[in-house]
Parts: sequence; structure tokens; C-alpha cells
Amino acid sequence: MRIPVTWLVEHLEFSETPTPEQLAEAFTRIGLEVEDVHPLGPVTGPVVAGRVVEIEELTGFKKPIRYCRVEVGPDQVNGIVCGASNFVEGDTVVVALPGAVLPGDFAIAARKTYGRTSEGMICSARELGLGDDHAGILVLPSGTAQPGDDAVELLGLDDTVIEVAPTPDRGYAFSVRGLAREIACAFEAPFGDPGLAEVPEGEGEVWPVEVDEASGCSRFALRRVTGVDPTAPTPWWMRRRLMLAGIRSISLPVDVTNYVMLELGQPLHAFDASALRGGLVVRRAAAGEKLTTLDEVVRALDPDDVVIADDSGVVSLAGVMGGASTEVRATSSDILLEAAIWDPASVARTVRRHKLPSEAAKRYERTVDPQLPPVALERAARLLHMFAEGSIQPARTDVGRPVPPAPVSMPIDLPDRVAGVRYPRGASARRLGQIGCRVEVTTDDAGTTVITAVPPTWRADLTQPADLVEEVLRLEGYDSIPSVLPPAPAGRGLTEQQRRRRTVSRALAEHGLVEVKPFPFVAPSVFDALGLPEGDVRRGTVTVLNPLEADKNALATTLVPGLLETLQRNLARGQKDLALYTVAQVTLPRAQPVPVPEVGVGQRPTDEQVASLLASLPQQPVHVAAVLCGNRELPGWWGGGRAASWADAVEIGRLVGRAYGVELAVKASDLAPWHPGRCAELRVGDWPVGHAGELHPKVVEALGLPKRTVAVELDLDALPLADHRPAPVVSPYPPVLLDVAVVVDAGVPAGEVARALRAGGGELLEDIRLFDDYTGDRVGEGKRSLAYALRFRAPDRTLTVEEATVARDAAVAAAAERVGAALRG
Amino acid sequence: MSGANDPYDPKQVAALSPEALDAAVEQAREAFAQAADLDELAAAKPGHLGDRSPVLLARREIGALPPAAKAEAGKRVNVAKQAIDAAYEERRARLQVERDERVLREETVDVTLPFDRVPRGARHPITTLAERIGDVFVAMGYEVAEGPELETEWFNFDALNFGKDHPARSMQDTFYVGPADSGLVLRTHTSPVQARALLERELPVYVVCPGRTFRTDELDATHTPVFHQVEGLAVDKGLTMAHLKGTLDAFARAMFGEQSRTRLRPSFFPFTEPSAEVDVWFPEKKGGPGWVEWGGCGMVNPNVLRNCGVDPEVYSGFAFGMGLERTLQFRNGLPDMRDMVEGDVRFTQPFGTEA
Repeated sequence: MRIPVTWLVEHLEFSETPTPEQLAEAFTRIGLEVEDVHPLGPVTGPVVAGRVVEIEELTGFKKPIRYCRVEVGPDQVNGIVCGASNFVEGDTVVVALPGAVLPGDFAIAARKTYGRTSEGMICSARELGLGDDHAGILVLPSGTAQPGDDAVELLGLDDTVIEVAPTPDRGYAFSVRGLAREIACAFEAPFGDPGLAEVPEGEGEVWPVEVDEASGCSRFALRRVTGVDPTAPTPWWMRRRLMLAGIRSISLPVDVTNYVMLELGQPLHAFDASALRGGLVVRRAAAGEKLTTLDEVVRALDPDDVVIADDSGVVSLAGVMGGASTEVRATSSDILLEAAIWDPASVARTVRRHKLPSEAAKRYERTVDPQLPPVALERAARLLHMFAEGSIQPARTDVGRPVPPAPVSMPIDLPDRVAGVRYPRGASARRLGQIGCRVEVTTDDAGTTVITAVPPTWRADLTQPADLVEEVLRLEGYDSIPSVLPPAPAGRGLTEQQRRRRTVSRALAEHGLVEVKPFPFVAPSVFDALGLPEGDVRRGTVTVLNPLEADKNALATTLVPGLLETLQRNLARGQKDLALYTVAQVTLPRAQPVPVPEVGVGQRPTDEQVASLLASLPQQPVHVAAVLCGNRELPGWWGGGRAASWADAVEIGRLVGRAYGVELAVKASDLAPWHPGRCAELRVGDWPVGHAGELHPKVVEALGLPKRTVAVELDLDALPLADHRPAPVVSPYPPVLLDVAVVVDAGVPAGEVARALRAGGGELLEDIRLFDDYTGDRVGEGKRSLAYALRFRAPDRTLTVEEATVARDAAVAAAAERVGAALRG
Repeated sequence: MSGANDPYDPKQVAALSPEALDAAVEQAREAFAQAADLDELAAAKPGHLGDRSPVLLARREIGALPPAAKAEAGKRVNVAKQAIDAAYEERRARLQVERDERVLREETVDVTLPFDRVPRGARHPITTLAERIGDVFVAMGYEVAEGPELETEWFNFDALNFGKDHPARSMQDTFYVGPADSGLVLRTHTSPVQARALLERELPVYVVCPGRTFRTDELDATHTPVFHQVEGLAVDKGLTMAHLKGTLDAFARAMFGEQSRTRLRPSFFPFTEPSAEVDVWFPEKKGGPGWVEWGGCGMVNPNVLRNCGVDPEVYSGFAFGMGLERTLQFRNGLPDMRDMVEGDVRFTQPFGTEA
């Protein structure tokens, strides 16, 4: 809300008026965010009121140009060229004479233009720094000024506009009335609240009205002003204030409703009474009803929309925008003013449904003081009477009675206890009184001093002791709250899972991978590109109803697509050798979805309710995934590079396992999107926890990835948090090193051969390491030779070669038995 | 050689004469000095210290001398032998030093050669920032709590005192998932973990929760629809806003240095009352030290405590929340938030592995 300081302080009394900066600082201190402090001007030099004496339309230019004779002082007429045409001879305008400097260092000088000499400039509101209106030049109401009058004083350019953004709980602060009260509290300045003006009793009903209870309308009031002079201009002071508040002047009746809304916070609507047909009904819209709103848009109404209707149908979208058919026009003289109290939530829904934010709705959504309708109507009617000679009808309509706010009680020292501050005696009562509460201090049966506050009608947000506490604290100032560290509780540190995840992240980075954080949104079409078969669990996604990108409406079930997209972005930016990883939740819908239970508030949900809340959520395990392409090791002076391969992916999987203290077992697999012959299933025991390997060539082709791109993905939550407590016994005796080469069928996995050797080698076999994997003529077709270095050692003695040889032979025998291995001759 | 029974005069045994021995020593010195390296020295050694060398041949003659002459002759030979040994040893040591120096010289490499064989890895700065914040609070006795990103509306809104029609629930702010009226949303803040922590844990509760959050903002330089927050919650007997302030000040000092501190401005959040915006004094702010908007905080709204089964008459608590992207943006002076989400390795690599 933008408000000029002169308006803000109108109802306040100061011994010394604060500066705009002091006012802004006070707003911030008591909880009203200041978005801008904008001094008007600066305007220097001769800027004066002028009367347009004569207009000569210049022709032969691309746009209409006028040469005007403007009276700018007694017996002084200047010739001025002007590109605007929203004025006529006799109008009062503002003229910047040569030597003047307008805001933005805009210096005015006499100059030749369009073949004439222009001795000054006729100004628009924006050129004068009075707002954004640049539609035409500023035309002042006749009689506002005499030619030659100083415009700085006339226009009130010695003023500052403060823009305040109240929080949504403070609906009252969207008005001069509410903001002035805040300033009154901050400066302890006396405040004459215009919202508390007395309203005389009406004489009968001014217009028949029926309010349907389902409308949620708690008050509906009308006032009628007849004989309004439709040509009466809006007085300059009102236009100026509207302009500075950012509201365009339209006509006196509309300007009056806007002015009163800004002043008091009560939105008003003006009907052309002559356009209304019969009595008004306030109700929910019927299905299929339509309304053409003031902005000339035909809106299909929802049965949840609250409307005002007459015999002809809907005439207004309640609290949001009026209808075109009954709007006040240039000829309207019979004005029916409406002020009502609508249900905030209902207005908010209508605004969202029709994407129709308005100044009125903004206030209704944040609640409006229910005592305001008659006060605001009275104020508006009187303004119409004053400036358009309207006659206010003695009757008034006022349906519905608002519920008065309930009193709230709290121990008088509660603010002190919440803040951790000892406030001066009486501070609570004083502060609550300042904001408009009726305050009573009593002692209850237990001897506790209790303060009971009846909130003012404009403070519907004050419903519990904590609300009162906030009022006291903010007005006493948050800066008086000291900084005290609470006594440290005995924490347990990070959980095992958290520590392991950190280790994974660190290990991968140290391993040369770069962490990225792709969004969890994927396009379901990516599963086709990845070659996932129909019915693959990863195709079962949770769908986002309002995605930012329409096609990316699925929550990721696997991290690989997001990583590949990031990989492609890097490739497109010229990178070639990439190793990316990410750690994130994936979302896996349950096979049997559990509906979210209806759970209320106000008390702890039952254990069953909590359990079903948790069960209604899809599973969201944390995964880790990596993708690599190009060189894993770069070429350089040391020699050639080494392309990333399936083995790197498997190794990354193993690395992750080790971070969890488990040695992952590897088994050949053929899961999409991996290459069916180059896909490893990673296991803990017999339990699969992830896959690694080279991507399927078709996937690489479909996604336009570099050849032989590799990927790995593991479910971190599936890795056991083994109580990893090894107790190694280190033998000080020397080892016996023996090599052995065995020949097996080519299809026998090396992992199984090693497992067999290890089993056969027994306890003396300390370590086994594959150092050669040979296929070729020397071992025959369909065979492979695997050469292992074995290290034998005894825990308690120096092992003899003979003993080690026996153990080696046992290892080979086990391999022969389990995988058909033969000692290579 | 003289006959066995001849009266013996050592002076007549030429090899034992002082002159002969001096000459042998001199020749040895000469020869060793001539050796240019250890190999040549080794080659020269037998001629002067070997069995057939003059000194050793002379030593053999001693046995034949009359007893009276043996001692003196032996002494003379030993002196000569020691002199040759010393000469040899001296030369050998010298040549060895020379050789060692030469070898080291020859093995010299260009140590400025790069060895960027495996491209550099790095962790995302949001990850390391979250860990660092976790560490700060763990050191204050907190625990790190977690929660799911797809969350029930009850945890994300209802439990946190958001009314049924609160604007934050609109599809203009919140990602909803199907089917329609599923009651599930992508959490719009980390605050649902407050409710989870209070329901799951024994009181008192001191938790901090870094995590990924979602709002339907278009990606631009200062907004991203997927972002990270860190949430703090303390619920205990007798906690005050002064404790909140003290905790935030400690947090600020840990993140931005000893000069830092926080300032509270009254504000509004449904789940806290009183509520405040947190500004942090940032000594390294662009254009000079100053206040930077950092996050929101307040005393836990009694309605939230009630919704989680905590008696607000007995317990009180405070909560706070900050955006990690925003924190990183002003702390590091990063102009564009898009860099944090796009995953360009050139952005992440300079951050290394630790914050």
C-alpha cells in the first residue's frame, strides 16, 4: 500500500512531526515491511499553473502535435508545443517553464521543435513525479489554480510516498486508518480514528435486500445518493492522493469509493441505481450463470462464487469486481453505494478461480473491520454530496450483525515470559489499549493477575494469548529482547545413516565425481527412451498436477534420467569428460495406495491416524546415482587416456558400499537401461541394492549420449547400517606368495572363481588378487585363463612353502569342483 | 730376495726401504686421483691395495728380517698401507658424492608438469552448506531431523496452523500430485519436519532439518522452484524469544564470522506467534557491511504445539527457517541462482569437497 506522508499524519497529533525516514523506520520496527520510501520531486525552477488559451493543431507530422498558447502568469502567454491531446482550450494545466528542472534531472529550456519555438513544457503526472500515469498531460479541475500559481505547492510536491507491505494477518493495515494507528502506537501520538465516526440512524430501508445465509456475507449495507451531478470533477486533492496511491482517477463516484477504501479500508461498490432491476439478492452463484465484469470480460461463475443479483441476474462478483451492466457511467446521477463484509476464504477462492485480483479483494481476503460498512457509506455519501451536490437519501439498508470479537485472557506476565524480558509495569495493558483493545486486569482464584482484552473489531486476528503477546512484544520493540543461548541439551550427534551418507558424498567427490542436483521432475516419455519394458516398476510414477513444464509431470523413480539430462547440458556447453553424481530421494508409489486420512487439528492425532498419514505417502528412499562419459583418465604427458567403462560404474557402486561398511557382491544382470551384457547387479548378500554398467547402445542412441556412457544407481536406504565393528588380528609372520592360473569356461564369472578359490584356500589364504584375464589360442576356444596372486600367512608361525602349497592346491581343487577350473599347464 | 742364512740388513731389502714405500704411496695417490669415477677407482685399486701391490709385496718381506729389524720395518709398511687406504677411501668417498649428486641431477624432472589425470571431483555447495549448518547445531546439542519431500497436506499445512483456505495452499504456490484431492503436496518448506519431530520424539526436542523444498516459482536469477531450506525447532520448558535470539546469533557467528549478529523484525507466519523476520549482519556484504534478509522465525504457535500433542501451558518453543540458496547467494556473492540448479560442472568444481 502506497501512502503519502501528508495523508498518513492527517489524523495524528505530533509535538514534533517525524520525518518520512523516521516513519519508515517505525513501521519496520513494529512489523510493517516498508518496500519503498519515495520523496516526490525534486522540482526546481519555475513550474506553474497555466491556462490553455488557444490550441493550434500542427499537421504534416507523424503524430498529432499541438502548438498551444498558454497563460502562465498575469499578462504572460507562452507558446508551447505539446504531443498530448487530452485537453481543451480553457483547461488548467501544469507548465514547466524554461529553467525548471523536473524529477530525473529533466531540465526544461526554450527550444525549436516542429518548426515552432516551445517556451516550456506542459507536464504529465509522471513527468512531475506524481505517479505512473503518462497517458496524457495532467489537467487540473477548473478553479484549482490561477495561471502563474506555484505548482510545487499546488501539487503538494513537497511530500513523500511510503510503500508499506503489511503481513496478511493485518488486514486493517491496508488503510490510512490502520497505518495511522500503527504510527500512533509507535510514537505514542494521539490519534482521531476516522473509522469510529458516529453514523446517524437511517429512516427505513433504502433498497430491498435479501442475504442468503449460504453466501457467508455477515453484513450488507447500502446508502443511496440521488441527483449526483455526473459532470462534477473529482477535487484535485482527492485525485492527487489516489494518484500517489497508484489508483487512476475515473469519475467522481468511483474515485470516492476508492478514496474511502484507501482511507478506511472498507471496499465500496457504486451501482447506477437506475440500472438495477428490483431488489438485490446476495447468494452463491447458480451453475451456468455468467457475469460481464467491469473489465468487460464474460466470466462463467462457479457455484462457490458469491454474487449480488437483481431481477435481471448477477450484477456483481461479491467483494471482487462489479458487473458492467450496473456500473456507474458518465451519465449516472442515482448512485447506490454498497459496503459489505464477505467471507475472506470465499473471496480468496473466487480471486484465484477467476485470476482476478483487485484492491477490494485484497482487503476482503485479509478481513475487513465489520463495523466499517455504515461508516464508510456515510463518508462516501457525504463526499458525493459535497462535491457533486448529491442528496443523501435518509433511508439506509444494513443487513446482518457482525459477531463481536471474543475476549482473550492471559496472565499479565505472559509477554515477559515469552520474550525473556522484564517489561515495565503496566506495559501489557498500555500496549493492548493502544491497539484498540478494551483491557481489564483482574486477579483469579489462584492469585494470578490476569489481563483480559476485548480486541477491537478490526483485529479479528487476536484470538489467543500468543496473539496478545506478539502485540506487546512488537510495540515494546524486538530490539529489547536479549540474546541468550539456551542450556545445551545432550545431543546424540548425527545418526549412523547421516554419517554414512556424508561419507558416500565425500568419497564420490574425492573419486573425481562432481555432484549435481537435478530437479525430481521427469517426462514419462524418458522411460521409453530408457527402454524400460511395459510394466516396469519405475514407470509407475506419482504425477504432479500443476507442473511447471507440462511434459515433465512425473516425480522421478530413478535418478538416472535427471543425471543424463544434466550430462547433456554439460556436453552442450562443451564438456567432454564427465563424471556426475547425485544423492536424492526418489518417489515410489505403493502397490496398494492408502488414501490420506481426514485428520483434524486442535489435538494430537491418534497413533492410528499418524500411522495412516505416514502410510498414505509413497515410499521415498534416498538413492545415489552416477553417470560417466568420455575419459575417466585424461591423456597427457604420462601417456594415453582411459575411457570410462562399465568397470568404473561398478567400482563406484563398490565405493558406495564400502562407505556403508559393506563389500557389495556383483552379479551379471540385464536390467534396462543398461547393456544386457554389461550390467552388474550390486548386492548385499542375496539382496539387490542397485545396478551398474554401460548403458544400452539403443538408449545411448535414443538420448543422443556419447557412446559407452555408463551409469550406476543404488538405493542407499537398502544398504544395511551394519554395526561395523571389525577386530582384525594382524600376524607378524612373513607371508608365502604363490601365483596360480586356472582355466575355466569363458562364461564362468571371475567373481565365482575367486569365491571358490577363497573358500578352498581356507584360513591361511590372506589375500587373493586377479592379475590376468586371458582368452585366446593358448587356452583354446570358449575358455579363459584367470591368473591370481595368492598370499598365504599363518597367524602364529612362519608358514612354510609346503604348507602354503597344500592350501593352494586345496583352493584350486575347490575351484575345480565349483566352477570346473583346471590348473593351467 | 736374500739367502736364508745371510747376515741380514733390511736396508738391503729394497722393497722395504722408506724410499720404496714412499714411492708406492705416492704412486697410489696418483693413481687414485687419476680415477675419474668409481669404476676407474675400482679398477685402480688392485694395483695399489691388491695382493700383488707393492705395499703388500713389501709386507711379505718382513717375515724374513731379523727379529730386531721386524718391528721397524713392519711399522713402516703399515704406515704406508694406511696412507694408501686413506687415499683410496678419500677418493672413493669423493667420487661417491659426485656420483650421487650426478644421479640426482640427472633424475631431475619438471615438477610443474600437471598431473590432472582424473578430472577433479566436487560436492555441491548446497550439500556442504547443509552439512556445515548441521554441524553447527549438532555442536549445540541439536539432532538433524529428516522428512519426505512428498508430504501430506496435514503435515505441510494443517498441523502448522494454515487454515483450509490459506493462500499458500493454492496451486499458484504449491505443487500438488495426483490423483486430484490426493491430499499430498511437494513440501513447500521444511517446516512439516517440525510436526514430525514433535510427534515422533520425546520432549524436549532440539532439531535442525536441512532439506529440499518446492514452490511453483519459475526459475530465474533469484528464484528456483526446487530449493533448500534449513529449519530449526526447539521445544522445551521455559524457552523464550531471548533464547531464539541467542541461538540465531550463535548461528550467524558460525556462518558469517564473529562480527555477525542478527536482528529481528516483527512479521507473520501461521506456525509462529510472535513471528519475526531475521536479518543478519554480514560484514562482507557487497558495498560494505550491512543487514541482509536471512529468514523467518518465531515462537512456536501454541496451535502447532496442540496439534502435535504438546501442552503449550507447560512447554514453549521457537523455530526458524532459512533458504540455503539465498544464504549461499549472498555469502558467496553469486549473481544467478540458476547456476546452482543447472549442474554445470564448472560451477561446482571450484567448491571442492568441503564447505
